[in-house]
Amino acid sequence: MIDARRSLLLHGGIVACLALLAATLPAYHAGNLTRILVLAVYAMGYNLLFGYTGLLSLGHALFFAAGMYGFGLSAALGGLSAGAALLAGVAAAALVAGLTGALALRTRDVAFMIVTLMFAQAGYLTILYLGTWTRGDEGFVLPAAARRLAGFDLRGDGARLVAALTLFSACFLATAALTGSRLGRTLIAIRENEERARMLGYDTARLKLVAVVLSGTLSGLAGAAYAMLFGYVGASFATVQYSILPLLWVLLGGAGTTVGPLVGVALMFYLIDWSSRVTDAYMLVAGAALIGLTLFAPQGVAGLIRRKAAPWLP
Amino acid sequence: MTQPPRPAPTRRRALATFGAAGAAVLLGDVARMAHSQGAGPLKLGFQVHRTGIGAAYGRWYERVATAAVARINDAGGIAGRQVRMIAEDDGTDPRRGAEVLDRFANLHGADLVFGPLFSNVVIGSAPRAAELKMPYFVVSEGHHVASGTLNRYTLQPGITDVKSQVRSVAPYVAANIGRKVTMIFPDFAFGHDHREFFTDAIAAQGGEVIAQIPVPPAETSFTRYFPRIPRETEVLYHVMVGPAVLTFVREMGEFFGGRGPALFGFIDSLEAVDIASPGLEFLEGSHLWEGMPRFAQPDQTGHDARYRAAVGVDDTGASIDDPRDVSTYAHMFGVWETLSVIKAGMETAGYRGPSDRPALIEAVEAMTDMPLSDDHPQGDKLFNGRTHQVFGRQSVSRVEGGRLIRVHETSVEDTLYEDEVDYTTRPF
Repeated sequence: MIDARRSLLLHGGIVACLALLAATLPAYHAGNLTRILVLAVYAMGYNLLFGYTGLLSLGHALFFAAGMYGFGLSAALGGLSAGAALLAGVAAAALVAGLTGALALRTRDVAFMIVTLMFAQAGYLTILYLGTWTRGDEGFVLPAAARRLAGFDLRGDGARLVAALTLFSACFLATAALTGSRLGRTLIAIRENEERARMLGYDTARLKLVAVVLSGTLSGLAGAAYAMLFGYVGASFATVQYSILPLLWVLLGGAGTTVGPLVGVALMFYLIDWSSRVTDAYMLVAGAALIGLTLFAPQGVAGLIRRKAAPWLP
Repeated sequence: MTQPPRPAPTRRRALATFGAAGAAVLLGDVARMAHSQGAGPLKLGFQVHRTGIGAAYGRWYERVATAAVARINDAGGIAGRQVRMIAEDDGTDPRRGAEVLDRFANLHGADLVFGPLFSNVVIGSAPRAAELKMPYFVVSEGHHVASGTLNRYTLQPGITDVKSQVRSVAPYVAANIGRKVTMIFPDFAFGHDHREFFTDAIAAQGGEVIAQIPVPPAETSFTRYFPRIPRETEVLYHVMVGPAVLTFVREMGEFFGGRGPALFGFIDSLEAVDIASPGLEFLEGSHLWEGMPRFAQPDQTGHDARYRAAVGVDDTGASIDDPRDVSTYAHMFGVWETLSVIKAGMETAGYRGPSDRPALIEAVEAMTDMPLSDDHPQGDKLFNGRTHQVFGRQSVSRVEGGRLIRVHETSVEDTLYEDEVDYTTRPF
């Protein structure tokens, strides 16, 4: 119970700190915070599968893009309102995640990584193939109506930040609740020793599929939200780069921790932001810093804190 | 005397250093933003493809932009104010492109942004430009500006779009090269624009496209596509972009061995590539579209000569300093001419600061004729303020003796088409 109270304080405190930052940061960093919060939702989705269930996917861009295109196409071509399109995006991601999981979970370990990578590549090529509607790599701009939610015009910086903070907070608290729930503990049991979990009577195949669907749906929600908040849908978000990024974010922040995705996205974002002011080889700098952090903190920042100072950290 | 051993780096020290560095940069940003609000030189944000698939273009776009800004400053600046160009790499990535606009607006305090070429970056960044109310001058060739999909803050006054390019050269292709055309093009939006616009344009000339061969992006070998070219093909229309262009052209030569259909291509397939490269001999006698002739022509204008000298390009289109460094000459003039338009627009609008941005856009929208001059060395142009798109002459060149010789130049009128949007009716 003490840990539960600490967890509540931690997550509530982080949300409160973020709200304070949102209210006080100068415009440039407030804009960055908006992007970080949405991308952190994507990282949380990835963390659910990788950090808590132990399944390393290299194809999460497929789910992110499914949400993004589910939102974008239903709004731009189907004329749905932003709220309905958001639901369409989430449903598209859940469907794609279910189908992908049903097939990819027939494999494991390295084969699972390769199969998810191939699914994502197939998704990317499908977007290009259907260029008549998707405008392929070029992408398309969303109409103004698709960026108005519950009476708020999300093209304004303030409304966008509030929307991103609301979305993040909801997903953050939901993820925290999930990882502390019976389902979350079972997923951790699968991560730690799948054979043992199966011996104890858990249907690990079904639970892993549930994890893939939950993870993919959360990633798709992030994709749909990114399109809604920033007004653009494009195939570059379906490339392999966007499958690798959430892995790096989660590794950097701390896999299997609820705060890790946020920490990882924020660190990586500012690492690139700052190093790009110094050199064009900013990705090299980011890579070197990642190697350094991996040497000093192989469990990620939040993992290090959990090991050194706060073993209760969820 | 021995030095005391340095303490070994510890995890705590490393993390503390990392955190301290972060705090220092954040404080620096606050100071920089406060400073950027003050008076001083005009700040022009240059969104450049320094890395990613557009890097070959970005490198030359940056050289041209640097030269054009130096020329403006040497001539007294814009309305007496010096110009400071701030370049930011967008990685040829639309997400980063939009982030870069935030940096220009909220970190550097830029007055406007110019420069991107790749369509995905332009389309990914344009919504953010409108939100930031930031004039966004693109040099992209894409039809996305004139098609009406973007916004009032996005303009393309320095380079023509693919629709007008394709439509204006189709009559020459039909009359002089052949009427049965097979198209091979990249299977993404840029290639699809070529496919759609040229198919219609050649049909209007009594010709037809008898086969369309899309090539997936990131393809590294093209040999397997060439057998799909029908035997009755009279003209093979090719356009390719990206790092594999040289492989594409070489493999095309290996496949045909000089016995294939006549070739008509867009210079995009050979931008930044030495046309005299080994393996490209088969291109002799083929035709290419050029936005601006890479090789100095016998009737070269003084404007072209001065422009070449300013951007450091010799008469063959290569860098004066390194003949192996071939420029993207057919496109990069757009950066030069865009900066000329920006200067003229700011001076007409009496631009003093960000509150005058709408006046700047209205001043550019009011422009029409842009005569051949040092400001517009590619040729005379006509700007359409309603569609935010400029129209200008196009060249068809023939490969002769390893050089590109212009054999046809369209008129500006040849490139015009019906308006698809009127941005001037949209609010700021």
